[in-house]
Amino acid sequence: MDPFESIKQTFFQECDELLTDAEQGLLAMEAGDADGETINAVFRAVHSVKGGAGAFGLEDLIRFAHVFETVMDDLRSGKMELTDEVAKTLLRAFDVLADHVAAARDGGAVDEGRSAPILSEMKALIGGEGLDDDDLGGDEDFGFVPMTVAIEGDDAPAFDPPAMDEAPAAFEPMADLAPEPASGARAWRIGFAPKSEMYAKANESGLVLRELARLGEMDVKLDADALPPLDQLSAETAYLHWTVLLTTEADEATIREVFEFVEDDCVLTIEPVDGQAAPPPPSSDLSDDALAAASADAPLDIAALLARVSGEAPTAETAPEPEPVAASEPAADLDVAALIAKAQAPIAPAAPAPKAEPIAKVAPSAGSSQAITPTATIRVDLDRVDRLINAVGELVIQQAMLSQQVMESGLARSSNVALGLEDLELLTREIQDSVMAIRAQPVKSVFQRMPRLAREVADMTGKRVKLVMEGEGTEVDKTVIERLTDPITHMLRNAIDHGLEDPEGRIAAGKPAEGVVRLRALHRGGRIVIELQDDGRGINRPRVRGIAVERGLIAEDAVLSDEEIDNLIFQPGFSTAETISDISGRGVGMDVVRRSIQGLGGRITISSEPGKGSKFTMSLPLTLAVLDGMVVTAAEQTLVAPLSAIIESLTPRAEDVHFVGGKDAVIRIRETFVPLIDVGVALGFRETALPPGQGVAVLVESEGGGKAALLVEAIQGQRQVVIKSLEANYQQIDGIAAATILGDGRVALILDVDALVTTQHRRKPAPRAEKRMAG
Amino acid sequence: MSMIDTLSHTAGARRELIAFRIGDQEFCVDIMQVREIRGWTACTPLPRTPSYMKGVINLRGAVLPIVDLGARLGLATTEPTARHVIMVVSVGGRTLGLLVEAVSDIINMSDDMVQPTPDVACDQVKTFVKGLFAIDGRMVSLISLDRVLPETEAEAA
Repeated sequence: MDPFESIKQTFFQECDELLTDAEQGLLAMEAGDADGETINAVFRAVHSVKGGAGAFGLEDLIRFAHVFETVMDDLRSGKMELTDEVAKTLLRAFDVLADHVAAARDGGAVDEGRSAPILSEMKALIGGEGLDDDDLGGDEDFGFVPMTVAIEGDDAPAFDPPAMDEAPAAFEPMADLAPEPASGARAWRIGFAPKSEMYAKANESGLVLRELARLGEMDVKLDADALPPLDQLSAETAYLHWTVLLTTEADEATIREVFEFVEDDCVLTIEPVDGQAAPPPPSSDLSDDALAAASADAPLDIAALLARVSGEAPTAETAPEPEPVAASEPAADLDVAALIAKAQAPIAPAAPAPKAEPIAKVAPSAGSSQAITPTATIRVDLDRVDRLINAVGELVIQQAMLSQQVMESGLARSSNVALGLEDLELLTREIQDSVMAIRAQPVKSVFQRMPRLAREVADMTGKRVKLVMEGEGTEVDKTVIERLTDPITHMLRNAIDHGLEDPEGRIAAGKPAEGVVRLRALHRGGRIVIELQDDGRGINRPRVRGIAVERGLIAEDAVLSDEEIDNLIFQPGFSTAETISDISGRGVGMDVVRRSIQGLGGRITISSEPGKGSKFTMSLPLTLAVLDGMVVTAAEQTLVAPLSAIIESLTPRAEDVHFVGGKDAVIRIRETFVPLIDVGVALGFRETALPPGQGVAVLVESEGGGKAALLVEAIQGQRQVVIKSLEANYQQIDGIAAATILGDGRVALILDVDALVTTQHRRKPAPRAEKRMAG
Repeated sequence: MSMIDTLSHTAGARRELIAFRIGDQEFCVDIMQVREIRGWTACTPLPRTPSYMKGVINLRGAVLPIVDLGARLGLATTEPTARHVIMVVSVGGRTLGLLVEAVSDIINMSDDMVQPTPDVACDQVKTFVKGLFAIDGRMVSLISLDRVLPETEAEAA
């Protein structure tokens, strides 16, 4: 790829993260968080977007971001007060900003009708000051453009993110260095000079500092003066010292605790700093401004250090890791190139977390951010991951086959081969788990789209909504995530449109005018559970029932439990909205949601309390690559039924099996009759069904909520199977969802329960009449 | 395995073919289409498929459909034994296995040796046999594999 293009792509990836950060900040502001750091975080994010856009000449985006940034700047400096109205305007402006980014990425432009009004609204807020269109906020702080040149020269595309993050640092160092301390917080000056013994005991200063960062906001300054020229450098001597300025509510004992394990092997000084303004460290008698400048100069320090090391190093390979910046493993034997790459690599995306994470406060100085970045991340092409996952899937199968063959060959369980295979099995499982974890992603990527949706739907319906999200960090396989967006979107729309009352209605019902919708993700029993709860009117059961009768979904005199009535809304063709609204009534209803959830191997349930609200609960597998299945035998074939569809299994008694019209078998399960489908016959493997009273019936629920009993000869057990596509080399087969490979190396087919149940209904009059027999 | 460039001056491109037997007839396909040849292993039958679909096997983790080529060509259905072989071929981006009796020969020939298929009535012949040629007094039919798998819609009906 054209290096410039790839940098641009990185920029847009960055933008996504920055926008997420900004939105979080804005939402916090809307919730009344007027904390300087929150505002700063938003400012920085917007500023970074603008900076990047400047480098690529994305004029529309720059213009909009600039106005946005100016508003944030005014808020930050206290020139403007953060009112509810301002926060709401900013949120709407944020949506447009996101559109601008999207437009810049995908080509095209943002609708002026959307962009212009909000732009003038913002300009009105800041009194139009300093906002000539030509004035794009001082190019001096872009800091990005010169980097671009460097990149092209170097042909190394990953260089820009630090630059982007430096820009706000240079522009706004003060706030980062002297954050508003929380009440009761004190400033501490901590001198930390590890001795070489500390490293000899496998302690790492980087980890210690990272631990320290958890206590509060800190600024780390490296003192590398003791670092000798390379030829005099001893790999096992500790040369680096740090001075940490920590603002925390913790007391000295707590701080000291961080150094508990290394205290004897370092020179540690901890002293309180009077006053709140975070005075300079002792090493340099700097004013706040000077400190800021020092921090902004940090990259230069790195450069100087690098120059020092590489300049005097005869061969890069022997150059010990100076790592002044990274503050870890000072005596490691990395080469200079690695260090350079490290210093310039896109670490910033790994540590976007601007809010709530105290460590992020020091992020602007590229070096120290690296030292205490919680986790480093890399971006990997998804194809590569998928290839790896496929290969591991095959490895698992191959390993299982090998084990089985060794067992069958009659080797003793205690033989070395068998023991070795056991180890191999453990290892294989571990690899599989780790590989699956690579694809796992937090549901955040889906959740983060929801606040905007909630705002839009609320605007359109005239309702007031507060969306509360929890568990955004819950991880699930990427393929599942991709397919979660639609159902959640639909359910959220539904909850706001149908679930919540309008403000007047709510007040009349004695509730706050603003409705609350909670979106929550959590892990439970090896699955991911997503709950969407509103505090609206709840399901109007008489009306739902009435509609169901009207549409012929249930008989007029049907006796249904409250739960059954609630679940009627999942029936195809059911929509309670009196007027089909633009928002949720797009000709699809909750049945579509249910189908897509079931397509993922999940289930959705609803519980509702009139007047109090409803709660939808979705339970989904963590990955689509494997499936929990019940292995059964039918017509001498080994088949797998997805466990998610199975309710129970039972041994049918001959007297419970009846025939309707002489050919369709039904079975009585407690007080209800459900169709009894012989799997062997349904798949055409044999002509005659098992005689009543033989085999095992597996009660399943199809996507439409219809129940049926699948008759098989035997149940072999439950197993987790790796799903293999039949379509890859063949084509789809009615009644079969996919294939898998069992431990004996043979292919087993996975039943498509829904298709089996529904085709059975539709194909009734069709050919296989013989199956009526047998009993 | 590449084409024999040195002979390219002769009329028609030269190519290598793999010949195999089904019953008493001999067929061949382009060697470039053949991925591997392996012994027969039991298949997992697929429901609701034409009789020439023997089922699927596990080929190193991939699900490989197996076609009884004899039955597909309108000859007798093959009752596979351990001596039968599966030719793993790629056709249009898919990989599938062809059940044949035995692989008999590797033939080096040029396109101009191929004679057009005589106008015989059988549909299968028209569909699959691209041409005939004689080699060492034997007749070998050159087969096109493009339509070996059942078609998704049309043929199912």
